[in-house]
Amino acid sequence: MSANDRELHDRSMTELTAGLDSGEFTAVELTRSLLDRIARFGDQLNAFITVTADEALAAAERADKARATGDGGALNGLPIVHKDIFCTRGVKTTCGSRMLENFISPYDATVVAKLSNAGAVVLGKSNMDEFAMGSSNETSYYGPVKNPWDLSCSPGGSSGGSAAAVAARLAPAATGTDTGGSIRQPAALTGTVGIKPTYGRVSRYGMIAFASSLDQAGVITRTAEDAARMLAVMAGFDERDSTSIDQPVPDYVGGLGKSISGLRVGIVRQHFDAGLDPHCAKSIRESIAVLESQGAKAVEVDLPNLDLSVPTYYVVAPAECSSNLSRFDGVRFGHRADNADDLLDLYCRSRGEGFGDEVKRRIMTGTYVLSAGYYDAYYLKAQQVRHLIADDFKKAFANVDVIAGPTAPTPAFKLGDKIDDPITMYLNDIYTIGANLAGLPGMSVPCGFVDGLPVGLHLVGPHFAEETLLRCAHNYQQQTDWHDACPEDFK
Amino acid sequence: MSLSKDQVQHIAMLARLQLSENEYAQSVEKLSKIVDFVDQLSQADTARVVPMAHPLDAAQRLRPDAVTETVERDHFQENAAAVSDGLYLVPKVIE
Repeated sequence: MSANDRELHDRSMTELTAGLDSGEFTAVELTRSLLDRIARFGDQLNAFITVTADEALAAAERADKARATGDGGALNGLPIVHKDIFCTRGVKTTCGSRMLENFISPYDATVVAKLSNAGAVVLGKSNMDEFAMGSSNETSYYGPVKNPWDLSCSPGGSSGGSAAAVAARLAPAATGTDTGGSIRQPAALTGTVGIKPTYGRVSRYGMIAFASSLDQAGVITRTAEDAARMLAVMAGFDERDSTSIDQPVPDYVGGLGKSISGLRVGIVRQHFDAGLDPHCAKSIRESIAVLESQGAKAVEVDLPNLDLSVPTYYVVAPAECSSNLSRFDGVRFGHRADNADDLLDLYCRSRGEGFGDEVKRRIMTGTYVLSAGYYDAYYLKAQQVRHLIADDFKKAFANVDVIAGPTAPTPAFKLGDKIDDPITMYLNDIYTIGANLAGLPGMSVPCGFVDGLPVGLHLVGPHFAEETLLRCAHNYQQQTDWHDACPEDFK
Repeated sequence: MSLSKDQVQHIAMLARLQLSENEYAQSVEKLSKIVDFVDQLSQADTARVVPMAHPLDAAQRLRPDAVTETVERDHFQENAAAVSDGLYLVPKVIE
């Protein structure tokens, strides 16, 4: 099907740019058509916390004017959605929490500013697990997001609203954040593309912090090409983020067309152990065969400490979260309890009322592992094991250019199925967490369906190998059409 | 390892979190499970392994000591529950 035969909502950013350039439609028309879809489907999916219709139309008008004078940026007139973890000046920024229910950000995150400067039109702020802590979007104070492929299923999390919005064709692209898999797992569960860049590649200024040695911003789209377009704008050094890395940004879009002939693709023996759904395993093996048909070479590798990645993460991430979330004290911003007896009562009740169950649990886990007498046994030990895990990747990447495997152990699970057992929920991230612990870029690409639910192929590369991941994913998408499948009720 | 209710109360106090009775019961059960789960780490052989300090082995960057930001106090304080004369108000600390 050629781009011109497709409905606007079904087109990629590349196709939309061509339509805008040729005058087939304007940015205002495009924005209106997607705002109409959000009005029609938004409640059903619960993908949005805030819809910024007026601001979006004003931005679209500016984009049309800029296009007319030839001044438009790389994403001029293209509608996007921001995960509600990114601060947006003058717009409510809740982070999925009651704590920030009334927080109007006084400034823009760097990612928000860069995308707006490139001409992107922000349709709204997407729903997410509270403070990005969750793998199902069920910890959101604003209710769970539904998976467009089956409304009784979770879209994954924590960037569940972003993933559902892109899968349901409410926007071609959405920002996300990934601390342990929060971009890649929801991308896999909704049949979208999700990329978490190298630690430090994208600025985190204005991105509400969860675990500072793991957090990274990224993007969810339907094609690798669109992910490359978004990342090209988002990546780069920012002096306002002390973890930002000062390295040139390669031409992600320009590199897409290069061949993958001779690319060494690592297959991790431990990935195909008992935990992986056999139908998902079949899809993954078939997708690796597609890469091989394009000249890639499959090489077996080992990640011997894979099983320790989840327990390591659940020491390091809560420890950092307990520290980061101490800023919410009911004084300067955020929820404040009424009629406090004294300052201690104000702190304890503001936080007790403002945070949900999972956030409290992680703060307490973190407080425990950092407390006197337990620091060495848990936090220090976890940082040592983290080194072992990072070394495993380093050894693997001595022999391969990219590692390919499953993003998640199963397709989307039912809402309510895992929420009562934190450990079962945590184990959903077993294949994605390693990349965060080692600071590596990771990406999920749609690679099949099991019982009508999408499966994701996970690609991980060495530090700053985003270009390789995007090229590999783009090449795969040229051979397959999984990403073109649209959930029946959202056509 | 099972955590006791006293331990959970101590942790909640350190974290400045007020919990309901029901939340305490839940927390004792679920935090104990999480602590059991992360206890797997004790089996890993980490003799002579240096704890990781940074995923890219990067050092903290320094910037020139120059004024770069402007004062926007009034704007920032719009999000505060109680302010007066540019100050944040809290319950009385000294009797």
